[in-house]
Amino acid sequence: MTYMKKPNVRHPGLRKNELGLTRRDYEGLVSTLCAGCGHDSISAAIIEACFELDLPAHRLAKLSGIGCSSKTPTYFLNRSHGFNSVHGRMPSIATGANLANRDLIYLGVSGDGDTASIGLGQFCHAMRRRVNMIYIVENNGTYGLTKGQFSATSDRVSKSKKGEANLFEAIDLCTLAIHLGAGFVARGFSGDKNHLVPLIKAAFRYNGFAFIDIVSPCVTFNDHEDSTKSYDYVRAHNEAMDRLDLVPEREEITAQAEEGQTTTVRMHDGSLMRLHKLDDSYDPRDSESALTTLRKRYAKGQVVTGLLHIDDQDTDLHKLLGTTSQPLNAVPMSELCPGNAELAKINKGFR
Amino acid sequence: MKKINDFVVKFANVNGSGSASANLLFAKALFRMGLSVVPKNVFPSNIQGLPTWYEVRVSQSGRGARRGGVDVMVAMNPQTYAQDLADIVPGGYMIYDSSLPRPFPREDVNVLGIPIARMCADAYVSPRERQLFKNVVYVGALTALLDMDFKVVKQTVRDRFKGNAKLVDPNVEALKMGREFARRNFTCPLPIKVKKVKAAKDRIMITGNEAAGLGCLYAGASVAAWYPITPSTSLVEAFERHAKKFRLREDGTSNVAIVQAEDELAAIGIVIGAAWNGARSFTSTSGPGISLMGEFLGLAYFAEVPFVLFDVQRGGPSTGMPTRTQQSDITTCAYASHGDTKQVLLFPGDPKECFDLTVDAFDLAERLQTPVIVMSDLDIGMNEWVCDPLEWDDNRKHDRGKVMDADMLDRVKNFGRYWDVDGDGITYRTLPGTHPTKGAFFTRGSSHDAFAAYTEDGQVNAENMDRLTRKFEMAANRLPKPVIRKTSRTSKLGIINFGSTEPAVREACDLLSREGYKLNTMRLRAFPFGKEVAKFASQHERIFVVEQNRDAQMRSLLINEAGISPEKLVSVLDYEGMPLTAGWVKRKIEAVIESDKSVAQAMQLSAQAM
Repeated sequence: MTYMKKPNVRHPGLRKNELGLTRRDYEGLVSTLCAGCGHDSISAAIIEACFELDLPAHRLAKLSGIGCSSKTPTYFLNRSHGFNSVHGRMPSIATGANLANRDLIYLGVSGDGDTASIGLGQFCHAMRRRVNMIYIVENNGTYGLTKGQFSATSDRVSKSKKGEANLFEAIDLCTLAIHLGAGFVARGFSGDKNHLVPLIKAAFRYNGFAFIDIVSPCVTFNDHEDSTKSYDYVRAHNEAMDRLDLVPEREEITAQAEEGQTTTVRMHDGSLMRLHKLDDSYDPRDSESALTTLRKRYAKGQVVTGLLHIDDQDTDLHKLLGTTSQPLNAVPMSELCPGNAELAKINKGFR
Repeated sequence: MKKINDFVVKFANVNGSGSASANLLFAKALFRMGLSVVPKNVFPSNIQGLPTWYEVRVSQSGRGARRGGVDVMVAMNPQTYAQDLADIVPGGYMIYDSSLPRPFPREDVNVLGIPIARMCADAYVSPRERQLFKNVVYVGALTALLDMDFKVVKQTVRDRFKGNAKLVDPNVEALKMGREFARRNFTCPLPIKVKKVKAAKDRIMITGNEAAGLGCLYAGASVAAWYPITPSTSLVEAFERHAKKFRLREDGTSNVAIVQAEDELAAIGIVIGAAWNGARSFTSTSGPGISLMGEFLGLAYFAEVPFVLFDVQRGGPSTGMPTRTQQSDITTCAYASHGDTKQVLLFPGDPKECFDLTVDAFDLAERLQTPVIVMSDLDIGMNEWVCDPLEWDDNRKHDRGKVMDADMLDRVKNFGRYWDVDGDGITYRTLPGTHPTKGAFFTRGSSHDAFAAYTEDGQVNAENMDRLTRKFEMAANRLPKPVIRKTSRTSKLGIINFGSTEPAVREACDLLSREGYKLNTMRLRAFPFGKEVAKFASQHERIFVVEQNRDAQMRSLLINEAGISPEKLVSVLDYEGMPLTAGWVKRKIEAVIESDKSVAQAMQLSAQAM
């Protein structure tokens, strides 16, 4: 039951973060997804990332569309406002919410059906507009809630549980995101939490559109032998490109990584992200090389994970529109309404 | 045929030839002479090459509707000569470009040939100027023929090209060229002419879209998202133009965000997201956009997100007649979206009301926590109307509705987003980011309980649906009241109308009154209907419902939602896409009244025979 509350009991010894909150304070309701669903691991990773970043949960808004993935915001961050919108339209809701209050953190959670099919247009345009948000796709290559139809991210070689062949090529969302100018493009795997949590943390610290495609096996409809989105397949073919560290501004950088292997990116809030590359063949700041790597590895059947592309241009929709730094929803009406004296002047223009 | 300050001039042009600007100049100059003008732009869904007309009625008695018939036709488009000639009333005038002289097969029309193309070819070198100034030359000729105050015309040109002074003199010269030609070759003025008056002295000439855009500015809207579509585009453009001036802060940043979205779905999504987050936001569209926005309208109704949507209606169904006017989205909007949904609609009757009802719409949306749809149309939205100046009461406070801030949350034990604590069906909302531990809730389109939690409990869902009904019924009493005009206390004949049909209905009513038929009128301004609507119906036996659609949509709504007996309601329907004329409305109503009378007589006779 999605409305089932967890017992409000806390172990007194639970570790607290800077805000004096425990992990439990970042949880949501009990998940109603199938046991073993990759999405639950992602919810856990989001909770972990928010806890470790000392995020005040009420300053974050979680937004989703429709589908199994879009249900998950109920299962984390109880103290955040949530918006479960309509199918494929979360990006426009997030865009509007962000325009009204630029000071909150916007976390969009979507699925492969919600993003790559019905919502492909809105996904593309939110990236084009550089909406400052984290956009997570919980990608399982199937329509779980309607019982196992192929989705647009299903690989051509992947078969359905019933053994049907997939007739169409997959849409690779990371490639699309890089093409359309998303400044932070990553892929994670729900089965590798140690790799995933730093990715989510870095995305939270990024100013601009941060996209994470998270391969998240559907245990009920797409975890079989002929699937390329099963736990077994992804474990066997996962190629992690890097290992991420997020160093808060206040912490001194102590350990120096080996020369040539580490890229350091200063994030919007002053923290540093250190990217320890495990693969020397590409430069994540260079979108062309990221695209080439993705294409080559995909042809080999590999599932490439890691921070695939980062652009520290530091721009977002507000900057492009020239909106004021004060959240628009906080600008007083007295300032927004020009008053009758001005209207009298305006009337003269219509004489 | 002598007509002073009471005639119709029509311009027949080719679209894309620069005529619109010259024709507006003509209308504006007459308006500035104090005359009541009714300009209607009849344009094609095309950028260049198709026929377009601009009609200006000048009305001594301050009428606001089209009259029908043409006294002076300025026929600049050979493609439509035959039709244009036929539209002229007997004794009227046909002005045409006689660079290629030709006869016209009507004895009862005065033909005035002006070799406009030749004059412009002689006077100008560039093809563009030769084309553009043709329009100014015929306006110049009209200034002499109609005895217009040339000073006023020149001033209008100067104002038109404010900021681009080098265009003023060439335009004035072109005006003079036409004026001199008319003076030399025709008897000026014609018996049809103008005289300066004060009728429109304190009024303004404005389009409804401009006024609605200003309404959004004054209502404090700070987020707008839209997708271009005729005839609604100029609404957001007007908002943007004024926002650029009035929403600029000292540091050069602006306190407004306007996004041209990728489609109408995204436009309304952005607006809902912003409204959910506490900014006043709106979008503007027309019929096809309304269809696309359907799903989101249902979400906003059910999740109770307040915003304003403009439907500047055009001819439907489907792409329909995109540049013609209609009132055919009434039922679609009233019940927009699947499932049991009902939306709040407002019907402005002129540009002044576009401004006033827009401001009201934002207050009502936030007070009622629901979308409010402002039902304008192409005629009000895009044509210039002469109306009273816009007014703002500096003491007016924007009504932001029931929103709980951090202090209020601290004072309550429990918060339920959909918990009807006041018993009026309107619940309290919170904005994201308000309080560290209280007030967070999950907005969703799925069935939910008082605490916004998902539920599949049928009874809980039904209770929520009942609350929404309660809220909607309460809304009826908060909405703008209908405008009732009684010509007779005893008459059992009435008219119900709404929106842009008002000037034609009002004039028709006066014409009917002269024939002895006294009709009381009620102009609807909102849906759901207040109690006045049923009361008006109970006071009358025969009620004509005037609307511009085929299916009598407002009549259906009156039957279904105000419980008015169908036998009482007689439809007067037009769906040809042009603003109504009073004559048409009068003839339609008169015919029914007379047929009623003959039926009554026949029944009386047959009763006597028995």
